[in-house]
Amino acid sequence: MPPSDLPPRFADWFSERGWQPRPHQLELLATVRAGRSALLVAPTGAGKTLAGFLPSLVELSEAGRGKGQDKGQGKRGLHTLYVSPLKALAVDIARNLDAPIAGMSLPVTVETRTGDTPAHKRTRQIARPPDILLTTPEQLSLLLAHREAEAFFAGLRTVVLDELHALVTSKRGDLLALALARLRRLAPGLRSIGLSATVREPDELRKYLVAQRQSPPPSAGEGGVGAPAMADLVVATGGAKADLHMLDIGRTLPLAGHTAKHAMPAIYDLIRSHRTVLVFVNTRLQAEYTFQELWRLNDDTLPIALHHGSLDASQRRRVEAAMAAGQLRAIVCTATLDLGIDWGDVDLVVNVGAPKGASRIMQRIGRANHRMDEPSKAYLVPGNRFEMLECRAALDAVEEAAQDTPDARIGAPDVLAQHVLGMACADAFDPLDLYDEIVSAAPYAGLSWEDFEAVVDYVATGGYALRAYERFAKILKGADGKWRVRDARVAQQYRMNVGTIVESTHVKVRLARQLRGKPGTVLPKTGRVLGEIEEDFCETLTPGDTFLFAGEVLRFEGLAEDECMATRAGPGTDPAIPSYAGSKFPLSTFLAARVRAIIADPFEWDRLPPQLATYLAQQRRHSILPGERDLLVETFPRAGRFYLTAFPFEGRLAHQTLGMLLTRRLERARLRPLGFAANDYGIAIWMTKDVSERIALSPDFVEALFDEDMLGDDLEAWLDESAMMKRTFRQCAVIAGLIERRFPGQKKTGRQVTISTDLIYDVLRRHQPDHLLLRAARQDAATGLLDVTRLGMMLRRIRGRIIHRSLDRVSPLSVSVMLEIGRERVYGEGADDILAEAEAALLEEALG
Amino acid sequence: MAQSQRLEKTVKGTDLSLAGEALSLDRSGALWLPEHRTLVVSDLHLEKGSAYAARSGQFLPPYDTRETLAQLHEAVQRLDPACVVALGDSFHDARGPERMEPGDRALVAALQEGRDWVWIAGNHDAAVSEGVGGRYCETVSVGGLTLRHEPLAGAEAGEVAGHLHPCGKVSMRGRSVRRRCFVSDGHRLVMPAFGAYAGGLNVRDTAFEPLFPKGFTAYLLGDGRVFAIGKSMLGRD
Repeated sequence: MPPSDLPPRFADWFSERGWQPRPHQLELLATVRAGRSALLVAPTGAGKTLAGFLPSLVELSEAGRGKGQDKGQGKRGLHTLYVSPLKALAVDIARNLDAPIAGMSLPVTVETRTGDTPAHKRTRQIARPPDILLTTPEQLSLLLAHREAEAFFAGLRTVVLDELHALVTSKRGDLLALALARLRRLAPGLRSIGLSATVREPDELRKYLVAQRQSPPPSAGEGGVGAPAMADLVVATGGAKADLHMLDIGRTLPLAGHTAKHAMPAIYDLIRSHRTVLVFVNTRLQAEYTFQELWRLNDDTLPIALHHGSLDASQRRRVEAAMAAGQLRAIVCTATLDLGIDWGDVDLVVNVGAPKGASRIMQRIGRANHRMDEPSKAYLVPGNRFEMLECRAALDAVEEAAQDTPDARIGAPDVLAQHVLGMACADAFDPLDLYDEIVSAAPYAGLSWEDFEAVVDYVATGGYALRAYERFAKILKGADGKWRVRDARVAQQYRMNVGTIVESTHVKVRLARQLRGKPGTVLPKTGRVLGEIEEDFCETLTPGDTFLFAGEVLRFEGLAEDECMATRAGPGTDPAIPSYAGSKFPLSTFLAARVRAIIADPFEWDRLPPQLATYLAQQRRHSILPGERDLLVETFPRAGRFYLTAFPFEGRLAHQTLGMLLTRRLERARLRPLGFAANDYGIAIWMTKDVSERIALSPDFVEALFDEDMLGDDLEAWLDESAMMKRTFRQCAVIAGLIERRFPGQKKTGRQVTISTDLIYDVLRRHQPDHLLLRAARQDAATGLLDVTRLGMMLRRIRGRIIHRSLDRVSPLSVSVMLEIGRERVYGEGADDILAEAEAALLEEALG
Repeated sequence: MAQSQRLEKTVKGTDLSLAGEALSLDRSGALWLPEHRTLVVSDLHLEKGSAYAARSGQFLPPYDTRETLAQLHEAVQRLDPACVVALGDSFHDARGPERMEPGDRALVAALQEGRDWVWIAGNHDAAVSEGVGGRYCETVSVGGLTLRHEPLAGAEAGEVAGHLHPCGKVSMRGRSVRRRCFVSDGHRLVMPAFGAYAGGLNVRDTAFEPLFPKGFTAYLLGDGRVFAIGKSMLGRD
């Protein structure tokens, strides 16, 4: 590295602070200054952000840049664009950049542009842009759909994409990839810098950063035909190994449940003996539970706070501010704190419950001790005996620094539809040019011309075989072959609907005031808003139920105008509604394989806590332990019913889909299944007929039951009526603009949207089953809520490797999933069964 | 004994008596008056999809008219009525008939063939006029029943109306089912909306209170049949 790359001003600034520029910071600087794009992979605390901005700061500090050159008016254009997944992170970065800029008196202006930026400032930013603009993917898309986009971005030199590993796994990543493709067109010579935590396939991110397939194909000079274009890779080496342990509380853990109630005293002791502790949990409900339990033990009244996505934003900001000011000893938090904001003084991370994925746990561990050269200290706290297995597998993975980040995405058609409309809002587009631009974005590199045309057709008139809406077209093709937006109203609608995050329907929780003298009566729309709660959860409550929210035990009083009205429950009341739930993240394929390997190999058991080894030995005695690639199926009678359990270890989502499909098959086999329960490791189905007997009569039955062909007609038939599929369709419909988030001047409630998309789904699926949005929904279902892809992989893996045991009673392994019954929601009941039961209640009332 | 038999008949969910007239609640959401061979359907909201496209540039699948007419066709085939009464809001807006596809127009004509067809005026389609066959009425009487679009407070016994799009919601063991329904107290009947894109209003909404001061039974359209559900079992949204 030639030292000349770092100007003296910068070198001095580093040494004044007693710092040395790190090798990766200098390498990235040299790469970007040479006009190349780069991916920087670095652990937390490695000075990633400064590295990302260093090339821009150096260039901007150089004399003469821009002055009198840009358009000859002394006006500088936008030099660097920074995109972060979190609004708060953009704001935080702006603050952090202040130190080097002020410290070196650099003539550099930095501004943020988020949903909170006032209109006058937005207008001014377009007219007189700062040197560096910090923003989010949605705001970038809005900027690109602006009529002034071409002029605004023409002088852009660098784009910095922070937390890229987190962005690319979702539809936001698709949207950002399309925006990046447009930026490359508007600003030729643009250099992209991706900042990422360690990932399994850095090449996928390197492709994401630069233009892919182009027509005509890239010249041999760009790496030759066939080799994908990739950004340079810069890796920050070093970093101390994490000091990571499984918390041993010296007690036998339960076989199911996720609360880790038993471990709370030990966690409290850890908080007492450390400076600041981040306690990560997997769900909002678990966060509430853990917070409540820790405060029950909190005799020293240590400042312990709660942070999760359902809390009111102002409350979250207060917690973050208190944390930044060093006023807290612990925060119980969910994935909301997985990313970004740098809080320095955390000296311990505790992860309660199953780790679910190796990369996720490493990211969380990295939140402790934001200095790269000191080890991060962390404890994993299993909630049950199975989670001990998962913790063991995660410890091994961290030791080997093995990663399990998800595969690269195939760009979603609904996101593309949104983008195409946005591009029409910016300016008339030539379809051939736009197609070339879109396929240069990695997620869309495989997009065919026909599929692109279908998206344009969808944007124009809805993409229906019945050409009913020609005269209402949103975009119109002119005589010059270019597509233009119909009128300003369409552009307005686009702006209202931009983005890919479709919130699940939430309702506000209000701390209601009791009417004096009328206990149980509350005034609607009065009292403080505590936050928002999932509508699904709210639906399960009946007035009088107590539940945990915002760190308090609340009593549900009822729904008033779509708000959840609640009062404080009396002191000492226990929350009646179970507020624990399994993780919403499915167990990663990678960890699942490791868990299977540990179970299959008794020599590995020495490394397990003794209670777990004993449990596995009991299972081997009572039934059998499956080999690494086998599927264990057990059948047994219990309390007048017959059970079938299976242990694919493929995560709850895939298991729920499997349960639905198996139930259909068992129904056809006239075994009369009644319902099923699933967790991350296995499923249990119960029925009224003797399934063991059936298998004894026809030994092929089990093999046929798990045949891959269930992913054909059975899956299709089930998808048609699945509520999850309808929810998936609704998200696609909102993103693609079929259903508007809100009309100009009129806010639609989520409930109205839900009803109408269900009706739309039914009609569309009957009349045009291959419609773009149905295809988009199926593509999502493959990896999303239904995890069909993973189920398919599992069914292929176990072909010819099913081990069936017919038992006279439940086995130790099966107990674990049986315990989920009644704890988790039970699936498989038809709508008519529910209605029939409600009807029976009427009959009883009439006869009684 | 006799009481339980009568009840048994009622909770089958299909047969009712209103002002001395025998009614059959069809699981399609239509009302069948066997003694008069008359089929009543309410709130078809034909051309709702195209109304959205024309008004707000929202391109809902343009198959709602076809779907609604197909459901109606199925009921007509099965019951072969001498008369069909569309109980108002048959079109989503007054210009609906103009926007109807020729194919759908032909479907309506085929349905009308050989039977009396009455369009009752609704609030969405009060001004609908020519081009769609049949005859127009504000209200119509069939036996002891009065058929009108919007239910009147304090109406005579035997009123059959639509307009409100009733839906009932049943929640049990963490699951809830929300379905269109008929609502009756033995004095009057409010019909579910028949149209494919017609949304629903929960029967626990205050709009139903003045119509049924002494409570009601809702008849929810299940997948296989109609279910009679008491008010106490019905949840709010």
